[in-house]
Amino acid sequence: MAERQAQGRPEAAALPPAIELRGISKAFGPVQANGDISVRVARGTIHGIVGENGAGKSTLMSILYGFYRADAGEILIGGRPTPIPDSQSAIRAGIGMVFQHFKLVPNFTVLENVVLGAEEGALLRPSLARARRELTRLAEDYELDVDPDALVEDLSVGHQQRVEILKALYRQADILILDEPTGVLTPAEADHLFRILKGLKAQGKTIVLITHKLREIMEITDEVSVMRRGEMVATVRTEATSPEALAELMVGRKVLLRVDKAPAAPGRTVLEIEDLRVRDGHGVERLKGVSLTLRAGEILGIAGVAGNGQSELLELLGGIAQGTGRVRLNGTELDLSGRGCNGRARRAAGIAHVPEDRQHLGMILDFAAWENVAFGYQDAPEYRAGRFFMDNDALRAECEGKMARFDVRPPLPALAGKNFSGGNQQKLIVAREIERNPDLLLIGQPTRGVDIGAIEFIHKQIVALRDAGKAILLVSVELDEIMSLSDRIAVMFDGRIMGLRDPARTDERELGLMMAGMDGTRGAA
Amino acid sequence: MMDLPTLLQILDSTIRLGTPLLLACLAGLFSERAGIFDIGLEGKMLAAAFLSAAVAFVTGSVWLGLVAGIVASLLMSAIHGLASITFRGNQLISGVAINFLASGLTVLLGQYWFALGGRTPSLEGAARFAPITLPFAEELRGVPVLGPVYRELISGHTALVYVALLAVPASWWLLYRTRFGLRLRAVGENPAAVDTAGVSVVGIRYAAVAICGLLTGLAGAYLACSLSAGFVKEMTAGRGYIALAALIFAKWRPWQALGATMLFGLLEAVANRYQSLNLWGLPLPVQFMQALPYILTVIILAGFVGKAIPPRAGGQPYVKER
Repeated sequence: MAERQAQGRPEAAALPPAIELRGISKAFGPVQANGDISVRVARGTIHGIVGENGAGKSTLMSILYGFYRADAGEILIGGRPTPIPDSQSAIRAGIGMVFQHFKLVPNFTVLENVVLGAEEGALLRPSLARARRELTRLAEDYELDVDPDALVEDLSVGHQQRVEILKALYRQADILILDEPTGVLTPAEADHLFRILKGLKAQGKTIVLITHKLREIMEITDEVSVMRRGEMVATVRTEATSPEALAELMVGRKVLLRVDKAPAAPGRTVLEIEDLRVRDGHGVERLKGVSLTLRAGEILGIAGVAGNGQSELLELLGGIAQGTGRVRLNGTELDLSGRGCNGRARRAAGIAHVPEDRQHLGMILDFAAWENVAFGYQDAPEYRAGRFFMDNDALRAECEGKMARFDVRPPLPALAGKNFSGGNQQKLIVAREIERNPDLLLIGQPTRGVDIGAIEFIHKQIVALRDAGKAILLVSVELDEIMSLSDRIAVMFDGRIMGLRDPARTDERELGLMMAGMDGTRGAA
Repeated sequence: MMDLPTLLQILDSTIRLGTPLLLACLAGLFSERAGIFDIGLEGKMLAAAFLSAAVAFVTGSVWLGLVAGIVASLLMSAIHGLASITFRGNQLISGVAINFLASGLTVLLGQYWFALGGRTPSLEGAARFAPITLPFAEELRGVPVLGPVYRELISGHTALVYVALLAVPASWWLLYRTRFGLRLRAVGENPAAVDTAGVSVVGIRYAAVAICGLLTGLAGAYLACSLSAGFVKEMTAGRGYIALAALIFAKWRPWQALGATMLFGLLEAVANRYQSLNLWGLPLPVQFMQALPYILTVIILAGFVGKAIPPRAGGQPYVKER
């Protein structure tokens, strides 16, 4: 159960908290990103906010920095009610923010970036001179040394982050919010960042650290708040909690959806993966050497907190991203970085892919359902009429058939993709991919944003495909789904496989720990 | 070999022909550095040329004409700003629309007001810009080389030529030495950085578009009331596009813009001077000479002048996001 701890502690009552949020709510359309959130952050402490991706952490901090306006609720800074309608108000209230994606001008110098928006007077020269002196002082005080004349685009990611921190300190921020600060850093850079943060705390600054990495929370915070599905489920003192307890709070326990399935009868090996590595656009390694095998008639579930490399694994196998390593499908090597690395080649090889982000990669929302049914297979002979033309009648008939077989509602092939509910969109995509009879199905977050009835239906289809002797690689952040569907479970953390488990011989607690990087093949982190 | 008077005449007309390009190029520079691509320089110049000539003719004052030209251009800028900043529309389409609007509206109004087939009547006397003789032009006459250079080349232009030339260091100073310039350049590279620093992206972009309108207004008024004596339909003749090519050639920097636009001016001046040129026995027809500026434009736009990196946020409306 979600425990809602009493907020006020006796010693905090004496001094007003640096930040107090009361009943903050924010909805984006039908999605409640933040619901009635209240939290206090004591002055001069490091306060962690943990939660899975999509739990509402970033939205909450964006409200605090004036990027979004809350629908309801109140913000108090230093005990005083402080409306924050825009970033300028946040800066005036002494709040500085280091965004996950840096807000720097790449072809400006460090100095220019720091000064931007905080210039004094219309001329630049005096501002730049003052900033130069100030940067020298800050560099000495907090281990924040950066060459003030370097162009930001020439700096490493770690140094760029320091520029962001310097920007906030130059604006005399007393409260520093860092959104997933270590996501882009190497371990050494992360350690350096933590030393900087400890130094700032020693100077009386208040720091809010948003992350989903429990190791960081345990190492550096004084207090930690846990968010789940837009709500603040607990605020506890770090020393009084454990990674296990936090993991449990983060993932939560939900009604388990039972899936009826016979024991697996795994056959020949379909997929062999060795030492897969993927770097993202920033050059950060997202997949750090993953090896797995998958057999026919088996569902391998990949569990993990979102953002630990699962997406990269799916994209590499699906031909969307490039990387290094070896992948053999039915004994044939796949091209991972050359011209043969594309979705079309993968489909030809027998891999079907239901992508995680169905609205961007799975379908074109403005196109009709019958057109969406063809995507990826538009060159199939049965959809073609002659050399140059599509056989649209055949496609409409195909779509009607799929809608009947997969219970898509409303069963109207001419309706645009965006007019179907999330569950029905997913049914269309699953129908398209499964009915091609692939040897390997990649399926990411099969039931995210899908209603209960459709979840059950989609789960049954996945099991049926397995029973037909196909291999299925399932990625989901829903632990229940992984537990109930998988024949084997692999847990990913930080771009690596932490370990493999048999769903019958493990429980959510153990998996939650592994997902937080606390156990598994690498040992306790 | 060319003699000094001929050379001076060519350079003199280089400056005169390069001036509208320079003003338009700087106009584009301010707009594009702030992330607003402006293909509508042509239309703004045309609108300014027409209204300045019309008002100058009716009032008899070129200065009132200049003000009217600037107002016309600023109105066009306001449309572009509204479409591309406030309503986050497509900047190219908005620019093209402005070009069409100016092209049609000037002829329509011209015919309605003056019934001369879209032209304005010829401007005379105070309705045109008068050449300014700089001090000591006559006194230095006798000095060899320096005297003629000063008298023929430097002195004797109209006011807007000097304004355009002074606009180069002024633009440089504004862009690189002031708070406004820093913010303007930042808005064209990464508007999110400006926004999170608590500065209005919309405000800076409107300011940039307004400066653009002011400068194209000067360019248009110069075309109609200084270079020519009145408005003729489509009199900009692609100068807005040539200015854009020069802007790319100059890599969005003010001093380089001066060099690039004067190069175009020189080509035009040479074409005007030598109706047909015999280059080492190879006769070049007049058509070729007149096509030279446009040929250079194509070469520049095709990327033969090295890598030109436009402002990173150019062409993209700013939408707040995390």
